[in-house]
Amino acid sequence: METVNIEVNGRSYSNEVEPRLLLVHYLRDTLGLTGTHVGCDTSSCGACTVLLDGISVKSCTVFAAQAGGHAVTTIEGIGNSGALHPMQEAFWAKHGLQCGFCTPGMIVSCIDLLRRNPDPSDAEIRAGIEGNLCRCTGYENIVRAVRAAAAAMKADEPRRSVAELLPVGAS
Amino acid sequence: MITAAFEYYRPASLDEALRLLGGRDDAKILAGGHSLIPMMKLRLAEPAALIDIAAIPDLGRIDFDGKRFRIGALVTHATLAANRDLEKNAPALWDAANHIGDPQVRNRGTIGGSASHGDPSADYPSVLLALGATLSLAGKSGSRDVGADAFFRGMFDTALAPGEILTTVSFDAAPASAYAKYQHPASGYAMVGVAANLRLNGGTVGEARIAVTGVGDSAFRAGNVEKALAGARAGDADAIKKACSNAASGVDARSDSQASGTYRAAMADVYAARAVSAAAARG
Repeated sequence: METVNIEVNGRSYSNEVEPRLLLVHYLRDTLGLTGTHVGCDTSSCGACTVLLDGISVKSCTVFAAQAGGHAVTTIEGIGNSGALHPMQEAFWAKHGLQCGFCTPGMIVSCIDLLRRNPDPSDAEIRAGIEGNLCRCTGYENIVRAVRAAAAAMKADEPRRSVAELLPVGAS
Repeated sequence: MITAAFEYYRPASLDEALRLLGGRDDAKILAGGHSLIPMMKLRLAEPAALIDIAAIPDLGRIDFDGKRFRIGALVTHATLAANRDLEKNAPALWDAANHIGDPQVRNRGTIGGSASHGDPSADYPSVLLALGATLSLAGKSGSRDVGADAFFRGMFDTALAPGEILTTVSFDAAPASAYAKYQHPASGYAMVGVAANLRLNGGTVGEARIAVTGVGDSAFRAGNVEKALAGARAGDADAIKKACSNAASGVDARSDSQASGTYRAAMADVYAARAVSAAAARG
């Protein structure tokens, strides 16, 4: 067994793990953070994408032991239902999802994309999400969402609450 | 998918890593892990121990003195893809780094890991051959330098001896260079990839180094293309196309579920001409 000390979403954890435990299983099964999904399990689909020291990685292709001493951010650390991240707001507003399975990884990837390139063209957005597969949307609304998030983050708009975004009478 | 069990070590120095690796043939070096971990998950590889070199200082550096690059084995594809010196002074490697896998893969995968793995469809081997790169291998009794021509020996076979770790890749600036790739739409691997490195005298090709990946059991130099290009006018697309015919001559082109050997060989000519034209335009 290996002792790993990992910071996840700002909280410090210390666990005894088998060296072969993958980071995605550590997050889901050891910590109960099931927002990170297992899709293909072959480094292709990007559903398991998390940030490792702020950089997007596929957590099905990283051992938990490798993340020891580092900081991980999952979708649970990006925002919450009371205070969504601008990227989450944009996916909602632009209907950037249908079934939602790819969405956590997609949002995490798109946040890393805007970190590297805060004002991407549509072609750059499409290239930037090459590592994330979506079988529902055809990507059109995802590209629109990233464009909207980039504009919102550039304008540094104050985050709106979910209640403000809900249709009138829907609460 | 769960890998077979293994012991995990994360040495803090190269010496410690060499000590851990020495004397056992059941251990593997772990860098970014983006070739090794998928193979372990499929149980195509079951090393008894992994020696994670991520914490070793200096293996993640890029040095450029205006003439020569020295790139540490742990430098990621993403770091190479964002490096302005490389874009200007060795654009063939910059091209390749920008088109490996996808963003998350580029964030983890390393140049040293890719080179050590020796995948016959990897992008870097052809680029390192075209650049005439030197690979520095550290062992218990010191370090030795091996040229790319001698390093890539065959399918998943390199000049790395048991107990050795690839530490640095170095090569001279090559501003008139380019890499052109026919990328498999699902895997991102090169169906065919060609790296071209030209020395231009005025408007003509003085010397050319052309290397092809994805076609044979290992990346190889296209010697007949190199010879045919000498003296060609850099802007003469027809002459370049003609010189690039039979780029895979003498090579047993691989056939598999993705493409026949005949098709791969034909595409080698097409992509050789594209790489040479792109390199000439940069010169």
